[in-house]
Amino acid sequence: MTDKTALTLTINGRDHAIAVEARRTLADAIREDCGQTGTHIGCEHGICGACTVIVNGEPVRSCLMFAVQAEGKKIRTVEGLADGETLHPMQQAFMDHHGLQCGFCTPGFLMLAVGVLEREPDINDDDLLDVLSSNLCRCTGYQNIIKAVRAAAEQMRGK
Amino acid sequence: MKPAPFVRHVPRTLQQALAILSQVAGQDGRILAGGQSLVPIMAFRLAKPAHLIDINEVAGLDRLESDGKVLSIGARVRHAAFHAPVTDNRLAALLTYVARHIAHYPIRMRGTFCGSLAHADPASEWCLTAATLGATMVAMSQRGTREIAASDFFEGIMSTALADDELLAEVRLPLLTPDAKFGFYEFNRRAGDFAMAASLVTYSLVNGKMAQARVGVGGAEPSPRRIEEAEAALNGQSPDDDAFRAAAQAASDAVDPLEDHQTNAEYRRDLVRVVVRRALEHSLT
Ligand SMILES: Cc1cc2nc3c(=O)[nH]c(=O)nc-3n(C[C@H](O)[C@H](O)[C@H](O)COP(=O)(O)OP(=O)(O)OC[C@H]3O[C@@H](n4cnc5c(N)ncnc54)[C@H](O)[C@@H]3O)c2cc1C
Ligand code: FES
Ligand code: FES
Repeated sequence: MTDKTALTLTINGRDHAIAVEARRTLADAIREDCGQTGTHIGCEHGICGACTVIVNGEPVRSCLMFAVQAEGKKIRTVEGLADGETLHPMQQAFMDHHGLQCGFCTPGFLMLAVGVLEREPDINDDDLLDVLSSNLCRCTGYQNIIKAVRAAAEQMRGK
Repeated sequence: MKPAPFVRHVPRTLQQALAILSQVAGQDGRILAGGQSLVPIMAFRLAKPAHLIDINEVAGLDRLESDGKVLSIGARVRHAAFHAPVTDNRLAALLTYVARHIAHYPIRMRGTFCGSLAHADPASEWCLTAATLGATMVAMSQRGTREIAASDFFEGIMSTALADDELLAEVRLPLLTPDAKFGFYEFNRRAGDFAMAASLVTYSLVNGKMAQARVGVGGAEPSPRRIEEAEAALNGQSPDDDAFRAAAQAASDAVDPLEDHQTNAEYRRDLVRVVVRRALEHSLT
């Protein structure tokens, strides 16, 4: 019953050959088995959004997927956002607008915002605010996160 | 916490899925659809299924089609499929409006319409939609296929008429007439939370008077349902404040409210009055 399955996870374009039990969540596999610890785990039951990653273009809670379900899919995590030394516009905007304090929630917010804006670049402001209500932040009070995402959204549209 | 160990099955066809389900149903074998309700309850160890039948790779279950009478929603159609209208029928506008009240964007990317109905949370928006509009559930097992009316489907908190070996393969929603009015309102404390009470209403206008009114209430009782007393207060009346208030009061009087740690029955009864009135007001916008 605790048999491990061998599988390959493709994270930010790199293949990771791992062996995990079926019950291993994608979040745990990304961190523990693939060593990509940028993705954070808060609640492990879908409430906080700290674990948000992009799977085949869709922002999802990686604590609510099993690793075996992500085989063959393109997984993107916060480690893949920057282009070399150049931060992604969303990362830069979070710095410019003080969208983070402790930073625990930040990878989840970045992947959420990037994931949604890539799918829906012209999303209206009400819907964008609704999207940002998906994740929890204990520090910032959200206002600077909203400012950062609005600014990055404009920049991403401009490109 | 972490889910307990289980064996994962990955059928590619509906027949395979039903065959495995019939074998493992007796050992707490369960369907894994979007996982957005099941994985949290497994993480809490409230459920420890020995087998999970993952239907995410089953061909054909993403069917989402209208034949002019009903909209058929397959078992793998995700909440996010309704972010934009799926047909030009009025029903599609209703579903798009309701969908954005379900959980959050990333959860809507994975969670399924049929999974919500099978899970049967009293506050589920899709359960309320199915109950109000009179959906037909298509349940399949190796023993055969049967259709279950929404009024017979919901049996209580997280409890449905589905047998352990049955897959909810499809849900059929009747299309609305082009002139149909609909309104929806839900009350919760934070965006994306489960509703503490919600209401969905539809009606048509015949010579300026409401007809074929449907008033559904969810989140207030163990299962969502239509409230006849409220519908009677609407039919034959003009869609105005007096009629809306009378219907809202009738719904509030008719329910037998759930109680929990944050709401007593009296409070929830009052919420029912408010959500029904606001759903009716929304029908005019
Ligand atoms: C933070 C958070 C907030 C949420 N808020 C809301 C909300 O406001 N409103 C709301 O309605 N939901 C909410 N949900 C739940 C979400 O909508 C789920 O997607 C939904 O309840 C279940 O659908 P699923 O496809 O994820 O099913 P799963 O989690 O995969 O399964 C749920 C149950 O249904 C069974 N099942 C699933 N599909 C079938 C089928 N086709 N046939 C037979 N049995 C089946 C499973 O075996 C399991 O017992 C929330 C979830 C989270 C994590
Ligand atoms: S850790 Fe996944 S949502 Fe909180
Ligand atoms: S910056 Fe600390 S939780 Fe968001």
